[in-house]
Amino acid sequence: MQKQAIFQSKLLPYALVAPQLAIVLIFFYWPAAQAVIQSFLLQDAFGLSTSFVWFENYLELFKDPAYFAAIVRTFAFSFAIAVSSLSFALLLAVMADKPLRGSTLYRTLLIWPYAVAPPVVGVLWVFMLHPSLGVLSRYLRAMGVDWNPLLDGDQAAALIILAAAWKQISYNFLFFLAGLQSIPKSVIEAAAIDGARPMRRFWTVIFPLLSPTIFFLLVINIVYAFFDTFGIIDTMTRGGPGKATETLVYKVYTDGLLGGNLGSSAAQSVILMVIVVVLTGIQFRFVERKVTY
Amino acid sequence: MVEEEGFQRYLAHAILWIGIAIVAFPVYLAIVASTQDNAVIANGQMSLLPGGHFLETYYQTLFVGTSGSTREPVLNMMLNSLIMALLIAVGKIAISIISAYAIVYFRFPFRMAIFWTIFITLMLPVEVRIYPTYKIVADLHLLDSYAGLSLPLIASATATLLFRQFFMTVPDELLEASRIDGAGPFRFFWDTLLPLSRTNMAALFVILFILGWNQYLWPLLITTRDDMQTIQVGIRKMITTTDALTEWPVVMATALLAMLPPVFVVVVMQKLFVRGLVETEK
Repeated sequence: MQKQAIFQSKLLPYALVAPQLAIVLIFFYWPAAQAVIQSFLLQDAFGLSTSFVWFENYLELFKDPAYFAAIVRTFAFSFAIAVSSLSFALLLAVMADKPLRGSTLYRTLLIWPYAVAPPVVGVLWVFMLHPSLGVLSRYLRAMGVDWNPLLDGDQAAALIILAAAWKQISYNFLFFLAGLQSIPKSVIEAAAIDGARPMRRFWTVIFPLLSPTIFFLLVINIVYAFFDTFGIIDTMTRGGPGKATETLVYKVYTDGLLGGNLGSSAAQSVILMVIVVVLTGIQFRFVERKVTY
Repeated sequence: MVEEEGFQRYLAHAILWIGIAIVAFPVYLAIVASTQDNAVIANGQMSLLPGGHFLETYYQTLFVGTSGSTREPVLNMMLNSLIMALLIAVGKIAISIISAYAIVYFRFPFRMAIFWTIFITLMLPVEVRIYPTYKIVADLHLLDSYAGLSLPLIASATATLLFRQFFMTVPDELLEASRIDGAGPFRFFWDTLLPLSRTNMAALFVILFILGWNQYLWPLLITTRDDMQTIQVGIRKMITTTDALTEWPVVMATALLAMLPPVFVVVVMQKLFVRGLVETEK
């Protein structure tokens, strides 16, 4: 699609795109290219010489059981965060979609966690479930749970998943609500006339019509779990105990901080880039979302 | 309208209130904790009702900071966050709207190549290229500066795409009419296109402000001086590894202050927020 009515000018359009192009080239393409080049190089222990080693950095990574474990862990986290947050948000959205009094109030009271920053989410949850002073930990211990996420890796993982899912509820809720409201009422009425009870109406009519929204949100949630959980993990567990909550992004961060292997850290970055591109590709390919005004 | 039986409706209300309670509980705890005495909290004896230390805690948090070695008033951190968020939001909108204008309203060599160059940046968040970006920012001597905090986060295509999409829907007749009135590219942009884009700009601003305010990993890496800390970075540094030294009331007060501006924006500008969210899919 192109505009028919346009302006004629030789230099002006270049001047107009120049600022954005400059920033994109300096702060996006240059570092991305650096990462790709760096990932093919191997530096000796003293940083005196570098040699071109093709895919050796990548092969090393895939042979490393710790890296493999981080991949599996990241996908497991993403899946758990997406499923728990999506199902809770869907339940709330279905309820809020009913013609209830005060439905705008409900919406307002449910969407604000979107604005809470990941590190703040981490701080709030770590305080609530802190092993020695957390308010909820008292009840957990009273129920006989040996609650100590500072020592128990599974409990730490559960904590991260819960906190991350909590933050994402509001986003999912909003998109589910929009999806539900775009389903024509006549379809639901027709099902009701045919004698379908509410539960049956939901699973046979509403849920299938909602599937594009669900798929879209699934991709968004996985991307969120990959990248935006960094702040949550960094304030709650710092990847620990052991490596029980170390995701791929967190691993790039800590490996880079230790400043050891530049090539390996760059290769990790490139693998992350590929994962994002694939996820975004899936989203563009399968989710043809029309923007409505 | 499908009839909802009374029971169903009560159930819906109940589920929604339970949901709201679950969502709000961690924040309620933070409010309560920020008004209590640290010694009581540290003993695990925290009460679920507000205490009497409200003024004291918030005064200390805003103007003094924690008692530890990195004492920095939270008000100063908030100012840093505000400047960064505004620079990101305004900067991104400004450079995006003019480049979208060039791409839609002009024909020039490499137009599509430039469009794709910008478009591809949509895909990669800053998290995947942190260290190479860090090195460039360091080489440009932008560490511990507002430019260093904001410029790398401005490099993204979302806003450009939205403005392009919007400009495509603006009828051609408007351009023809203003051309008859003798308007050049600047006049048309300023008098016609900008006023039409106001709602889009506002919706985008709301989202970008929230995203900017909530940035964490990037500021964590490139700020080393305490007086350049943003509030998100500051709060992380308040949680000491030796738990005994963490001043929980101050930490909770900081958490609440950190969420106040973005939550305020979401609640007060709800229409713009929802619109911006749906458009940017962020």
